[in-house]
Amino acid sequence: MGTAAHRSIWWLASPLAAVLLLFFAVPLVLIGVVSFWSYTGYSITPAFELRNYAGIFDGCRVGGAGPCVVLSTYLSTLFFCVVVWAITLVLGFCIAYFLVFEVRSSRMRIGLGILCTIPFWTSNVIRMISWIPLLGRNGMVNLALMQLHLINHPLEWLLYSRFAVAVAMVHINTVFMIVPLINSMARISPSLIEAARDAGASWWQTLRNIIIPLCRGGIAIGSIFVITVVMGDYITVGLMGGEQIASVGKTIQTQIDALQFPIAAASAVLLLAFVMLMILALIRIVDIREEL
Amino acid sequence: MPNNKAVSGVSRRKLLKSAAMIAGAAAIPEVIYAPAILAAEPITLRYLSTATNQAPAIAEQAFKDTGIKIEYVTVTTDDVTKRIVTQPDSFDLVDTEYFSLRNLVPSGNLKGMDAKKVKLFDKITTVITKGEVNGKKIGDQGTSPHKVLYLEGEHSKKFAKSPTEWLTLIPTTYNADTLGIRPDLIGRPITSWAELVNPQFKGKASIINIPSIGIMDAAMVTEALGIHKYGDKGNMTKAEIDLTIANLIKYKKAGQFRALWTDFNQSVNLMASGETEIQSMWSPAVTAVRLKGIPCVFQPLKEGARGWASGFALPRTLTGKKLDAAYEFVNWFLSGWAGAYLNRQGYYSAVLETAKTHMEPYEWAYWMEGKAATQDIHGPDGGLLEKKGTVRDGGSYETRMAAVACWNSIMDENEYMVKKWNEFVAA
Repeated sequence: MGTAAHRSIWWLASPLAAVLLLFFAVPLVLIGVVSFWSYTGYSITPAFELRNYAGIFDGCRVGGAGPCVVLSTYLSTLFFCVVVWAITLVLGFCIAYFLVFEVRSSRMRIGLGILCTIPFWTSNVIRMISWIPLLGRNGMVNLALMQLHLINHPLEWLLYSRFAVAVAMVHINTVFMIVPLINSMARISPSLIEAARDAGASWWQTLRNIIIPLCRGGIAIGSIFVITVVMGDYITVGLMGGEQIASVGKTIQTQIDALQFPIAAASAVLLLAFVMLMILALIRIVDIREEL
Repeated sequence: MPNNKAVSGVSRRKLLKSAAMIAGAAAIPEVIYAPAILAAEPITLRYLSTATNQAPAIAEQAFKDTGIKIEYVTVTTDDVTKRIVTQPDSFDLVDTEYFSLRNLVPSGNLKGMDAKKVKLFDKITTVITKGEVNGKKIGDQGTSPHKVLYLEGEHSKKFAKSPTEWLTLIPTTYNADTLGIRPDLIGRPITSWAELVNPQFKGKASIINIPSIGIMDAAMVTEALGIHKYGDKGNMTKAEIDLTIANLIKYKKAGQFRALWTDFNQSVNLMASGETEIQSMWSPAVTAVRLKGIPCVFQPLKEGARGWASGFALPRTLTGKKLDAAYEFVNWFLSGWAGAYLNRQGYYSAVLETAKTHMEPYEWAYWMEGKAATQDIHGPDGGLLEKKGTVRDGGSYETRMAAVACWNSIMDENEYMVKKWNEFVAA
């Protein structure tokens, strides 16, 4: 009977496995294969060359003048990753804490939770364009600051800058941190917190020794969401950075637009490897499966 | 907040416009029941191009006149090329740019167009067929259309050196691009491409972020600054690419550019919101800013303009009735109605004399002869474009097209150029 149950489990999993194989694994393998092909402006031909990978690292020498393009691009993307991750973590943690431990009525909790999804009510492009009247040279923020006589000239760095990119990214990604954190916090037994309080723990001690350790899984999952989205997001970097800030995704898009599919594939493989390494490192710190 | 007011006024207008478009679309089915059309068994052609070359009104009129239904497939400039190379069966007719042909023709996915089947072929403007306007040679650098107009045979993958029966593209629209400026914010005459990097506009300039086009604008700037005289701006050597990009990076690091733009709408937003005062621009984008009631000029410059041209091609696999219908549509397109429509948008049409018969004399005088408008000028959708007395920027057809210094192109060193362009973006 045991083997029969086993078999039926496999059968139940097979549709998902087939979908993943067909629409995820196969294309991924193809990208890997194409990354070694050679190309002209109008054709790609099967080959095994390292030219595409060599091309990515062109100009990267020890002792070269300044970092090469790929390095500075990754550093720039990594910068956003760290900043956005740190801000969304703190912000997401506070909001989740408030929703779970401070809001008493569940209807209120649902209502406030829905408010957190407002950034997703409009399309990405419209959201980006809407930042212009807010942060632009003649935007609301600048006008308000000038009318309050806090500044004499409009602040240029509010829009089309790293600041603007970080603001927009935090705006979109905080909810990815909130949801898994709410999930973790909601499962913390109130009796644990009561016990801590009875034992004389301060609010801060309870937070540090009970709540944060029990949220490790939520933090890890939220971090994976935020990191993977930020690493691949070239649209926000492009629109909010005025297309003047490099991002790995934009480089790939430019290569695809120039019909340089193999070199774009090589860039994609590199990005994938990089993100996988980051996530592997994260999983080594927190065993997500154990936490679920 | 004068600007914000203007912006919100526009979105209302836009809303009205799209409502009108929906109403227009809803009106189409009524026509289908006309008996003459029923007998003709309407054929549908999938028309692939960028949004700038598509107009529901043209499709509607074509259906009335020929019974051919046009189904627009709208993508970006680069995606047109990508589609032709990777999915040549996904369209029946494509409107693409001459400069892309260097990548398209060797793919073998397009077939030559038969000059004998194009009734008005002899009347097509010499700007395209010979690189001349009224007998005068115009700038030939880059992919001037006449260099890539003919194929050696219907299925040839090579351009012919002298005229043959087989054509790569039958022209639809063309124009000369230059810098767009906000005269109200600048307040002095602008006459040179060098102004794009003038420190006066630090943080208020923008350049297009499509490498093959942006590099040409950059070359116009570099030449205007007197840094380098290019052999052919449309086909630079590696050293010339290095020099051009290094120059761009220098200005980028100094904070010259407010932003770069890729998408038509981005360029409109930058200019309309006052984020930029001078930038690479396309003619319909300038019109779009003006329609918002914000002053914007497509400024003629002494070094000349960057020309572009697009035209119809057919996929290799097109046969039978659809092939006949495609030729019929192309012939209809050249026969005047569509040409007049395009001219009223500020583009230029392939066969001028037929377009002229579909335009009012005062319209022709304003758009094509560079004369002051004797009446208010309306756009093809009926909206007011210019008040009586206005003169078109850049002057007459002849003046504007004669000012072309180079054409959009794909260089021999394209791969290298794209890589260097990415360096500029990353710098």
